[in-house]
Order: sequence, then structure tokens, then C-alpha cells
Amino acid sequence: MNNADSLSASDDGPIIVAGDADLPAYTAAGHGMMSCHHCGTVWQEVRDHEDCQRCGTPLHMRKPHSIMRSWAFLIAACIMYIPANLMPVMVTKTLLGTQQDTIMSGVIYFWVSGSWELAAIIFIASFLVPLFKLASLILLTLTAQKRSRWRRLQRAKLYRLVEIIGRWSMLDVFVVSLLAGLVQIEGFAKITAGFGVLAFASVVVLTMLAALSFDPRLTWDSNDTEPTANQSKRLLRN
Amino acid sequence: MREVPDLIACEGCDALYRKVSLRRGEIAHCPRCGTELDRDAGRQRERILPLTVASLIMFMIANSFPIVEIELQGLRSQTTLFGAVLSLTTEGMSLVAMLVLATTILFPLLQLLFLLYLLLSLRKQHRPAGFRWLVRAMQNLRPWGMVEVFLLGVLVAVVKLSNMATVIPGVALWAFGVLTVLLTAVVSFNPRHFWQMAFAGDDASGKDHKGISP
Ligand SMILES: [Zn+2]
Ligand SMILES: [Zn+2]
Repeated sequence: MNNADSLSASDDGPIIVAGDADLPAYTAAGHGMMSCHHCGTVWQEVRDHEDCQRCGTPLHMRKPHSIMRSWAFLIAACIMYIPANLMPVMVTKTLLGTQQDTIMSGVIYFWVSGSWELAAIIFIASFLVPLFKLASLILLTLTAQKRSRWRRLQRAKLYRLVEIIGRWSMLDVFVVSLLAGLVQIEGFAKITAGFGVLAFASVVVLTMLAALSFDPRLTWDSNDTEPTANQSKRLLRN
Repeated sequence: MREVPDLIACEGCDALYRKVSLRRGEIAHCPRCGTELDRDAGRQRERILPLTVASLIMFMIANSFPIVEIELQGLRSQTTLFGAVLSLTTEGMSLVAMLVLATTILFPLLQLLFLLYLLLSLRKQHRPAGFRWLVRAMQNLRPWGMVEVFLLGVLVAVVKLSNMATVIPGVALWAFGVLTVLLTAVVSFNPRHFWQMAFAGDDASGKDHKGISP
């Protein structure tokens, strides 16, 4: 993660070399500038909601209503997490009878049948990842709301991790869809999707939306990081 | 509003940096929060078009042939990805079916088609119709394409079935494998580069680039 080298690769170097999460930094917001989240262009003398002259995207200092939207998605995801784990995701009808599998019973099935690697993959992707995502996003939103300075670098890393692993919890939804498409053998076996898979899919989508609504810059917006006028001038002349 | 052309603001923490020219393959990270600031796309820009075409071909193969076939007591059954989506629809799981359709077929296909269109028209040195909309759509589609997760799902399903029936891997399974590798390279191309590519000519033609003054 240490790529300060690549930044100073050119002789100019960056205008700020902080290297330490606790140093006050020169932020765009602190200079009345806004960067376009779509094309990355930095603008000054700009008002909130004005359109980017390059790409036309409305500019915002921070994502609008970020905290409120994140909470809404997170609360909905928490509610759906319960049926996602309790209701069957897959229903297997064979000559021997009907079997209803929840996510956990799928994990146990693989575990007892000796495929512990698969049991681990499904347990991680379907149970741990969503739980970890929910807990992480709640922590991030709560600390950002309180404008906390607690472990900001770790929180930034946590946010990037949540963004990367989010998609992998779709695994079971794909497994069930494929099995339901494949096992339709008349008179022998038939696999259908259970209602749990809908709840589970909605947890994945809701947590992804929560992560997209959250503005990671809020983590760094503590009251005491605004540069003084003197510092700004030094920065601009540099 | 005035553009500040030589600055870049970190998307993770809003810190301002002066733009530096990166060497081949270099990636600049924010020293404060670690978010990626910029990456050199030099070599990638040459490769991205052939990779996109190859991905589209693989995509067609992956979706035209059965992924796996199973044999149970002499009875055979096989399915394509679209077939799996269809059977979800008939079981009353339309919402899930739509989600699977979107994340594994629709979004990846749209991403590839938009990319192809944009790359081809920029080659002819013009900004095509709907440029803004297409680049923005590409960026918004990025988190929602899940071909690689689907491939892992297929592998889990295959192992699950192997206890119950004879499993014969289909052509599409291998195509999905190749497609996953190709897409990893294609998706790492940041659509933001299109803005730099499209405005490369404008920037040289001496617009008002005063930058910031104290
Ligand atoms: Zn813009
Ligand atoms: Zn940063």
C-alpha cells in the first residue's frame, strides 16, 4: 500500500507529502474547490449542484445526504438478513421426498460430506462477508456521523475492502439459479429456488447500495483539519 | 467556475495533489488514505481494443453453449446461463432472475459494447454521439458486473452435483473461464481516461488554464 514512491517519481512530486494520516491535509473543500466524481476535473469558484463543465455531472462537495441514505440501506439490509439466513434458499424434490436447504444447511452438508473447502467458501461468501459488510458499514457510517478521528487510516482501508468484497456474496444466488436451471429431471429430481434466495439477493444489493452511498471523504472531514489562510497561500505558491 | 487543470483531488479523503506524469504502468496512491489517485494507462490503451473484441467473442460463446451437462440414471439435462434465468422466472422468482440476468449478462455485455463503440469512434478522432452518457453509464455499471463471481458459482454447483449425478463440463464453462480473465483486464481500464482522451486535443489548443492564483 506504500506508493508514496510512485508519487514522487517525478521531480515535482506532490504538493503535499503527508505520509501520516494524522497530519492536517490541504483538501479541496478547504480551498473552496470541488472535484467532479465522474471525470475527476477539479473546479474552483464553484457552487454546490452546479454542473461540471467538462462532463455535465452535478458537482457536490460531498455525496448528497450520504449518511442518511447509507443508514436507510443498512437498516433495510439488516432486516432482510434475518429471512436470508432462516428461509430456505433451495428446495430439492426427489423420489425420496422434499428437502429444504438454508444457507447454513448447505454449509453443513458440504462439511459432513468431506468437501470442507467448499463449505469454507460458502460459509465465507454467504455468511461471513455479508455480516462483515453490515458491521463495517455501520461502524463507518456511525464514526463518520460523529466526525470521529478514531483510526481514520484503518477506516479508509476498511471502506476499500468492503467495496472490493461486496460482489462475492452473490455466490449462492448464482449457485441456486444454476442448479434450478439444471436439475429438472422429470420423475427423478427437481431443484427450485426458495424464498430465502430473494431475501439474500436483496441483502447483497442493499449493502452494495449502502457502500455506494457512503462518502469516504466524510471519514476525513474532522473539524480541525481545515488549513489556515497562511498554509493555503504557501500551498498555492508552491 | 474555473478549472484547475494541474490539481487532482483524492476521492477517498479530498486531499489535493499536483498532477505528476506517471511512468509506464505506475499507479499513484494517496499517501494519506491509500486510495488510488491515478494510473498510467499507456500500454493498456493499446491493448484495450483487442481485449474488448476478444471478450465479446468469448461472451457470445459462453452464452450460446451449455455450461454443464448432468447425467442421472441415463437421463440428461443441460443448461445455458440464459436457461437458468428462464427457469427462475417460471418458478416465480422473477426478481432474482432479473438480478442474475443483469449482473451476468446484461451489464457485462453493455459495458463491452459501450467500450467498443467509444474506442472505435475515438480512434477516428471524434467524440461520438452520447459520449457523456455512455462514459457515465460505463462507470455506473462497473460495480454491478459479476461474471467472475458467477464462475465461482458454477464451480460450486458442479461439485455439489457431482455427488448426485455425472457432470460433464460444457464449452461455455471454459469460455466463462477465459472471459473472466479477459474482463479483469478490460474492467481495470478506468472510463475516466475517456475524458482525458477526448479532451487531449482541446487542452493543447491553449484554453484559459491560469490555474490557481493566491
Ligand atoms: Zn466532470
Ligand atoms: Zn486520500
